[in-house]
Amino acid sequence: MVAHLLRLKLTLLRNSLRRSTAQLVGVVLGGLYGLGLLSLIVVGLILLGSQDLELIRTILVIGGSATVLGWIVIPIAVSGIDMTLDPARFVTFTIPMRQLLAGLVLGGLVGVPGIVTLIAALAQVITWIRYPAAALMALVCGLLAVLLCVVASRFVTTAVSSLTGSRRFKDVNGIVAFLPLFFLGPIIAGLAAGFQSAPGFAERLADVLAWTPFGALWAAPADVAAGDPGLAVVRLLIGVATLVVFLFLWGRSLSHALVTPAYNAVTKKAAGNLGWFDRFPATPAGAVAARALTYWFRDPRYAASLVLIPLLAVLFFISGGGVGGAFAFVGPIAAFLLAFSITADISYDNTAFSLHITTGVSGRDDRLGRAAALLVFALPATLILTVVPLLLAGRPEDVPVLLGLALGLLLSGTGLSSFVSARYTYNVPLPGDSAFKTPPGTNFFAFAVQFGALFVTLLLALPEIVLAIAYFVTGNDFLGWLTLLVGVALGGVLLVVGIRAGGRWYDRRAPELLLAVSNNR
Amino acid sequence: MSSLVPPPSDQDNPHARPGTPALSIRGLAKRFGDKVAVNGVNLEVPSGSFFGLVGPNGAGKTTTLSMATGLLRPEHGQALVHGVDVWQNPLEAKKLMGILPDGVRLFDRLSGEQLVTYAGLLRGMDRATVAERTGDLLRALDLTNDAGTLVVDYSAGMTKKIALASALIHAPKLLVLDEPFESVDPVSAANIRDILTGYVRSGGSVIVSSHVMDLVQRMCDHVAVIAAGTVLAAGTIDEVRGEGTLEDRFVELVGGRNTTEGLSWLRTS
Repeated sequence: MVAHLLRLKLTLLRNSLRRSTAQLVGVVLGGLYGLGLLSLIVVGLILLGSQDLELIRTILVIGGSATVLGWIVIPIAVSGIDMTLDPARFVTFTIPMRQLLAGLVLGGLVGVPGIVTLIAALAQVITWIRYPAAALMALVCGLLAVLLCVVASRFVTTAVSSLTGSRRFKDVNGIVAFLPLFFLGPIIAGLAAGFQSAPGFAERLADVLAWTPFGALWAAPADVAAGDPGLAVVRLLIGVATLVVFLFLWGRSLSHALVTPAYNAVTKKAAGNLGWFDRFPATPAGAVAARALTYWFRDPRYAASLVLIPLLAVLFFISGGGVGGAFAFVGPIAAFLLAFSITADISYDNTAFSLHITTGVSGRDDRLGRAAALLVFALPATLILTVVPLLLAGRPEDVPVLLGLALGLLLSGTGLSSFVSARYTYNVPLPGDSAFKTPPGTNFFAFAVQFGALFVTLLLALPEIVLAIAYFVTGNDFLGWLTLLVGVALGGVLLVVGIRAGGRWYDRRAPELLLAVSNNR
Repeated sequence: MSSLVPPPSDQDNPHARPGTPALSIRGLAKRFGDKVAVNGVNLEVPSGSFFGLVGPNGAGKTTTLSMATGLLRPEHGQALVHGVDVWQNPLEAKKLMGILPDGVRLFDRLSGEQLVTYAGLLRGMDRATVAERTGDLLRALDLTNDAGTLVVDYSAGMTKKIALASALIHAPKLLVLDEPFESVDPVSAANIRDILTGYVRSGGSVIVSSHVMDLVQRMCDHVAVIAAGTVLAAGTIDEVRGEGTLEDRFVELVGGRNTTEGLSWLRTS
């Protein structure tokens, strides 16, 4: 039975590669990247063996703890990261619990993260080669730690799977769980600063982690090497106890999950609240705008971009060192990203787009509505994010030039997006998925369209960019005001051109667009 | 029940020519790669008829209806709605048609009420009419209590019903319904049947695809049997079924029944 589950996992992996060559190329490239990373880790671990005991211990404990933590946190952050052996799919089969657990653990090891972790854990044995007793301990502890990674990660996935049945949880989680990743840069920077300012910081961190379930197993070999086998046994026991507790919890939540299908509690709501549909004009374009704006708040794939914009300001504030640095440029950059965010609008609709075809909406109305929904909040957001940082920095004289740049990027970018989303479709996360889930069949074409659009946006805004540079070089106020004028005028013209061109393409090729998006399921 | 739904309107359809069939499909054909999905289908749906399109899975029903409604561009042939060519004059044709496609998503982050309103506004109707008809449709389809719930949280049957409401909002002259009864509970199915019967009686035309023969035999007055992308038989129900039931005739036409005595181990006695 265990062998069956393993073979199932391997077959799933192989069949997913068979689906398309583009995907295979992607996997091969990803595999090469992983392989490069892995060889760096292995070489690093081997070289680490020549360092002094304290440093080896610090690095292994911190790195090991981070690995265990990663196995626990990442599956929650990326909901449905690897549900090929989702326990829910085994509900109708009578598989003894022990065998199911063993099969799922081994299944969890098959796959890039599992193999990388396993090899790194084995390489860690070589690190301890100068202390044979410690190396033996490292072998035992390393294997146990890998087991702990898989079991803990499986437990967390199973435990939240009852929650993830609820749509609301999925929606919120898809955005919130991403935040730590977004702030990974500042967090790492903070940790690095800590390491630099206080030489003992890393050692103290390792000391603490060594007593936690995350680091105990990684610290035990160091205790042996330091000549304290008693302490090593205590740490080993902590690790084993953790593993047993997680196994027990996982077994319980799994047997619970197997008899309790995910249930989505829904509160009934009566009629009467039309939301944005009451606030936009009762025209086809107005209806499209109301629908699109509703989606900006209700669909996690759109809401994610909405959340990221203020975060971007915070990030620029932190990493730019307050109001003086990069923070001043957050407006134009936010405008650029906002305009770019609707380049895949029809791809995001998926086959729901058929309603636009059956009702005979004109391309102009479709394009206009979607652009309007974006600009309704993107214009004020761009104004605030451009003006406020400059006022805080005490640079009101720079407002015209950066506002011109921001508005130029926003308007011409929206125009370009209006054309691109009608012209090109590519695979995006499906409705209901997390915004950060990589859709299957993401290929070179999708990247080409996105990078092409980014590049062309910059090209379209080139006059504003050149004027802005000229302003900052010469300091001539006139150039600043000219940037504002050109940004608004040229941006406005390009917006109209983009909506018209996109609308014309839409009118001719709407059924083909539907066919293209329906291939993404 | 049927009085709650707007009757098909004549005044805002100047392009419809009286006396022409509600839907006329002429030689529609479509290939996907090497596979011929629809191979020159001809169908006449007479004005005022309740037309059933039956066929086994993968027969080309959905592909045919998609091409007839402007959702999928045909390789050959044409489709006329009350004499208006769907692919030459799409906007005029779409005004005459209400379409319930099968297997497509809805804008399911809208509430049921918002979705029906959206369908009405997209067709350029005014706000007051849309609001009035949305209320009527939700009542007729027994969705009033869930009007404010998001469609994504609806059951499969409720989702079908709200999609049907979106197809009815503009009082079309022809309804094209692809599998309208799939996963709909018996009570709702009976309600929908009443609505459709009343709609036909007041002058509208309906074409439904289904693979529930019994339902088609009781509900429709015309039927076409389609298999492997070709029409095998078409006409009034009585013409097509002859002496037997529609189901017998269907199996006879399509074939593929297993007459051998398999699965002997499955018998429990």
